[in-house]
Amino acid sequence: MRITCPHCGARDAQEFSYLGAADPKRPEGMAASEAAMATYVYQRDNPAGVHRELWYHGAGCHAWLVVSRDTRTHAITAVEPAKARKAGATA
Amino acid sequence: MSAQPFRLASGGLIDRGHQLDFSFDGKSYGGYAGDTLASALLANGVRLVGRSFKYHRPRGFLSAGPEEPNALVELRSGARREPNTRATVVELFAGLDAASQNRWPSLAFDLLSINRLVSPALVAGFYYKTFMWPASFWEKLYEPLIRRAAGLGRAAGAEDPDQYEKAFAFCDLLVIGGGPAGLAAALAAGRSGARVILCDEDFRLGGRLLAEKREIGGKPASEWLAATLAELESLPEVRIVPRTTVFGLYDHGIYGAVERVADHLPEPPAHQPRQRGWRIHAKRAILAAGALERPIVFAGNDRPGVMLAGAVRAYVNRHGVLPGRESVLFTAGDDGWTTARDIAAAGGKIAAIVDSRPADPARKALADKLGARLFAGGAVMGARGGRQLSGVTIRDASGVVTELSCDLLAVSNGWNPTLHLTSHQNGKPAWDETLQCFVPGSLPADLAVAGSAAGRFTLAQALEDGARLGRQAATEAGLAATASEPAPTTDPETTGLSPVWRVSGGKGKAFVDYQNDVTDKDVELAAREGFRPVEHLKRYTTLGMATDQGKTSNLSGLAIMAEQTAKTIPQTGTTTFRPPYTPVAIGALAGHHRGKEFRPVRLAPTHDWSKEQGAVFVESGPWLRAQYYPRPGEADWLTTVNREVKAVRASVGICDVSTLGKIDIQGADAAEFLERVYINGWKALPVGKARYGLMLREDGFVMDDGTTSRLGDSHFLMTTTTANAGKVMQHLEFCHQVLWPELDVRMVSVSEQWAQVAIAGPKARETLRGVVDPEYVLSNEALPYLAARSVTVGGGIQARLFRISFSGELAYELAVPADYGDAMMRALMQAGASFGITPYGTEALGVMRIEKGHVAGNELNGQTTARDLGLGRMMSSKKDFVGRLMAGRQALVEQERPALVGFRPVEPGQRLRAGAHFIGTGQQAVMENDEGYMTSVAYSPHLKHWMGLGLIKGGAARIGERVRAYDPVRNGDVVVEICSPVFVDPEGARLHG
Repeated sequence: MRITCPHCGARDAQEFSYLGAADPKRPEGMAASEAAMATYVYQRDNPAGVHRELWYHGAGCHAWLVVSRDTRTHAITAVEPAKARKAGATA
Repeated sequence: MSAQPFRLASGGLIDRGHQLDFSFDGKSYGGYAGDTLASALLANGVRLVGRSFKYHRPRGFLSAGPEEPNALVELRSGARREPNTRATVVELFAGLDAASQNRWPSLAFDLLSINRLVSPALVAGFYYKTFMWPASFWEKLYEPLIRRAAGLGRAAGAEDPDQYEKAFAFCDLLVIGGGPAGLAAALAAGRSGARVILCDEDFRLGGRLLAEKREIGGKPASEWLAATLAELESLPEVRIVPRTTVFGLYDHGIYGAVERVADHLPEPPAHQPRQRGWRIHAKRAILAAGALERPIVFAGNDRPGVMLAGAVRAYVNRHGVLPGRESVLFTAGDDGWTTARDIAAAGGKIAAIVDSRPADPARKALADKLGARLFAGGAVMGARGGRQLSGVTIRDASGVVTELSCDLLAVSNGWNPTLHLTSHQNGKPAWDETLQCFVPGSLPADLAVAGSAAGRFTLAQALEDGARLGRQAATEAGLAATASEPAPTTDPETTGLSPVWRVSGGKGKAFVDYQNDVTDKDVELAAREGFRPVEHLKRYTTLGMATDQGKTSNLSGLAIMAEQTAKTIPQTGTTTFRPPYTPVAIGALAGHHRGKEFRPVRLAPTHDWSKEQGAVFVESGPWLRAQYYPRPGEADWLTTVNREVKAVRASVGICDVSTLGKIDIQGADAAEFLERVYINGWKALPVGKARYGLMLREDGFVMDDGTTSRLGDSHFLMTTTTANAGKVMQHLEFCHQVLWPELDVRMVSVSEQWAQVAIAGPKARETLRGVVDPEYVLSNEALPYLAARSVTVGGGIQARLFRISFSGELAYELAVPADYGDAMMRALMQAGASFGITPYGTEALGVMRIEKGHVAGNELNGQTTARDLGLGRMMSSKKDFVGRLMAGRQALVEQERPALVGFRPVEPGQRLRAGAHFIGTGQQAVMENDEGYMTSVAYSPHLKHWMGLGLIKGGAARIGERVRAYDPVRNGDVVVEICSPVFVDPEGARLHG
C-alpha cells in the first residue's frame, strides 16, 4: 500500500502504523458517562466500503492522519491531518 | 566425463565451446553454458529425476519451465542446500551439485515405492479417514511416519550463510515477461522516453521465441530479438532485469519481484546478495507472461518420457537436445504438429502422431511427409514403462487398439494464459468458450495484458498487443506518443484446438496433479463424496497444492469434476490465484533484517566506557544496556550484583539511565496537556520541581510511568520507561493531534539528545560536587528532593540536574548533551574515586527498586491498574484524564482483584522465582485456587534473603498471611509471607538525607 501523506508525499505503508476508526469522538469532561466512554473505547463498525481511519506517520513527520480507505479494494480516496480536521470543528 | 548422447550435433542457444561439469546424485555429467539443469540432464539421457509425493512413482521432466511439477531437486550441500528447486529453470553452472528428493535409499531403487502396492488405501481423504484414532497416536506415531514417507526436499538445517537484499524501484511502466509481447511493449513505451522496467524470470530474454523456429519481418525471429534488445539497451530510461520473477501484485500498483542475483553461481561474489527482493511501484504495468501448456489425463501419463509438446520444442530448439530416440505425438490441436515438425527437422524419428480430431487430408499429407503413422480421431489410452517410457497404447477412431514402442511421448492440449497476477487483486478469470481456456477477467485500472497471457496466442497478436499497449502506457504516463508503426509481419500459424481432458479405458493410474499424486479417480471420489465446490475439491484431494500450485493440473481437475457433475467448466469454478506466482525464499523478503540485524541496536552514550569497564550487556527494548560490571575473581553474577548494591547503599554508585525516553513538552497549555494524560495533578507543580507521574490507556489500565520536571512555566521534560519511549511519544501525539488539537502545546523526543547518569548513595552529593561548577549550591536546602535545575558542569557545559531516586538513596540524575556523555561519566568516576565510586548496571538497579517496592516493566504489564499497583490514590478526582472512566468500572475496582504487595520466604535461605503462582497453604495447586503471581524477585544483600513483588487477591489487607509460591515449571514450592512491598528504609530517611 501507499499512503499520500499531506506533508511528506506518497510513502510506503511500512512508514505508518494503524490505529482504527477516526470518527468515534472521545466523551470529554467530568460529566461524561461510563457507558458513553465504553462505547468510545470498544464499539467499532466494520464497514464494507469507505472507512475513515487513523494512521500515524511514525517513520515520517509524526502526523496522525485521517485516511479514507475502501475496505473492499484498499482504494484510498482522501488523506488529511487529524489536526486540521478538528481545528475548525465545534466538538 | 560422459558424452551427451541426446545432444544434437548442432543448433540451440548453447555455447558448445564452454562445457560445464556438474553432478546429479553424486554422478558427474557435462553440459554447456546456456543449459538448464533439466536440459543438461536430458542431454545426458537422465530422465528419472524424482519420486512422486505419495506413491513414490518414478518421475521425469514434464515441462521446460516454471510450472514443472515433477523435477524438484535439491541444490548444493551443507548450509547452502536448497530443496524443491525446479530443475527446468535452474541455470547450469560449473560445479553444480544437485540431488533428487523423496527417495530412499536411491532414486533407482526406492523402498518406499511399496506404497504403490498399498495405493488403493491412499486415495483422496485417506489421511482424514485413517489416522483419526486413537488421537494420542497422531503426534507421536502417525505424523512423523507420514512426514518421512511423503515429503518434498530437506531444508538445510543450518543458518543460511548468504546475504539477501530488499530494494525499491519506481517506474512509469513495468513489463512482466520478456517474450515477444513484453519486448514489443517495452520498446514502444521506451521510445517515448518512459521509465520502463522489464522483468523476466529466465536468464535469457526472448520467451517463447527462444523455443520456436519463427520468422518476424521475413527474417529469423532471432534477428528481430537481437535488434530489439540492442535498441532497448540503448534507451537510458529502460532497465531490463533478467532472472527476476514478478510474483505478486499488491495494493496501489505495487509489484513484488525476486531477482536471483547469484543463484546461477556456486556462491555469491563478495558483497553481492544471493537474491534481491524488489518492491516495484509502477504507474502502469503490462502482463506479458505468456502461457503454460496443458497435459492430458490418461493412464501412465506420468512415466518419465511423457512430456509437454511445447517443452520438447524448447529442448530441441533452444538447448539442442532431443529427449528421445523414437517419438509419439499426442495432440488435440495444431500446436502439437509444430513439435512433430521440429523433431523431424532435428533428425528425430516420429513413430506416430495421434490427433484427437477427425481425419483431415492436409494433416494426413503432413504426417506422410514426416514419415509418421497418423491416428486421426485417436487417443493415447496409456503409457507404459518403469523408470522410463517404453511404449504407448493407442486407440484409433474405430476403437482398434495398437501398441507402439517409443521413448518419448509429446502431449499437446492447448495452453492456459499465465494470468495469475490478474487474479491477485480480486480479479476472477473468465472462461472463453472459443479458446477453451480461462482468460483474464476484470483488471485493476493500471494493469493491461498482452499476447498469450491474454489468450491471444499467435506471435502476430503478441507483437501487435505489445506495441499498442506499450504506446498506450507511455501516453497514460504523460509522455508524448511516438508514431504508431505497423507491427512486423510473421510467418503464418494456426491455432486450431479441440481439447481432450481425459482418456479413459487405460490400465493404471491417470494423474491429474503430478506433484500431489492426485488421479482422475480421486477427483471422481471427491465428486461422489460431495466435495464438489472447487475449494473443497482442492482441500479434499490436495489437487493444486504445494510448490507448483496446480499450474499444470487445475484445469484438468475442474474439467473432470465438471464431467462428473454434468456441469460446464465455468459452472464448476475457477481458481483464485494468490501471490506468490512461484515460491519465494523467505530470505528474499526479509533482506538484511534477520538475526542481530532484525532491527538497529541502540547504544547508550557511555557504551564504550562501559565496555572498557568490562560490562556485561543486556537487551532492553531496542537498547543495549550494561547489566553488571564483573570484577576479576567474582564467582558469579550474583556476587557482582551484591557488591554493586552494597556499594551504592554504603557509599556511591553510578549508572547510565540515558535510555529512558525523554520528551520535551512546551506551550501555553503544556500543564493542561499533562493534566489530561497523567492521572495526577501538574498545574500546581512549581518551576524547578520534578514529580512522579502515571499514565493510563483509555481502557483504564496503566500504560507507563516516569518523572516529569517543570523547567519553565510552559516547559516540561517528561521521562518514560526505556521500553515504552516510542509508544508514549505516539500516544502523546495522538492525544494532542486527534483528541485536543485546540491545546497550545508542542512536543518532541529528545531521548537521543541527552546523556543522563544516575549518581546514587550517601556520597552522591560529594561526588557531584566534583563536576558541577562551583557557583551552583548543592545543599539539601538549595537542592531538595525532587528539585530539577539547569546547571553547568566541567566549566560551562550546559546540564540539567534532577534530584530523583529509583534506589531509595540520596540520588541525582545529571544530564548533559549526548556527545558529552562519555566525558561526564569519566569525570564523575574521577570525582567519586576517593569514595570508591562503583558503576552499577540494570541488575543492581532492579534489586534496589524491588527493595524499595517501585514498580517497573514486570508490573506495568498492560494488565494492571493504578489501584492494583497501590497507586490508586494518585488518581485525581478533580479533573478528567485518559483512562479515568474506564479505570472506575466495577471489574477494575473489585476488592478481590490481585494487588501489589511484597513477599519473603518463611525460611530465609529459600530462593524465590518470578512467575510463581500463589496458592493458599494446604490448598491443592489447581487453577481454581490460583490467587495471583510473583512479578519480580531479587536477592537483597541488605536483608540477606530473597524478596519478591507480586499481585495477590486482597493485596495489602493480607499482610502477615502465608501462602505457597508454586512454580511447577522449575519445581518450586516455597511458603512465603505477605509483607509490605517496601523492604528497605520505609521511612525514606536515606532519600531525604
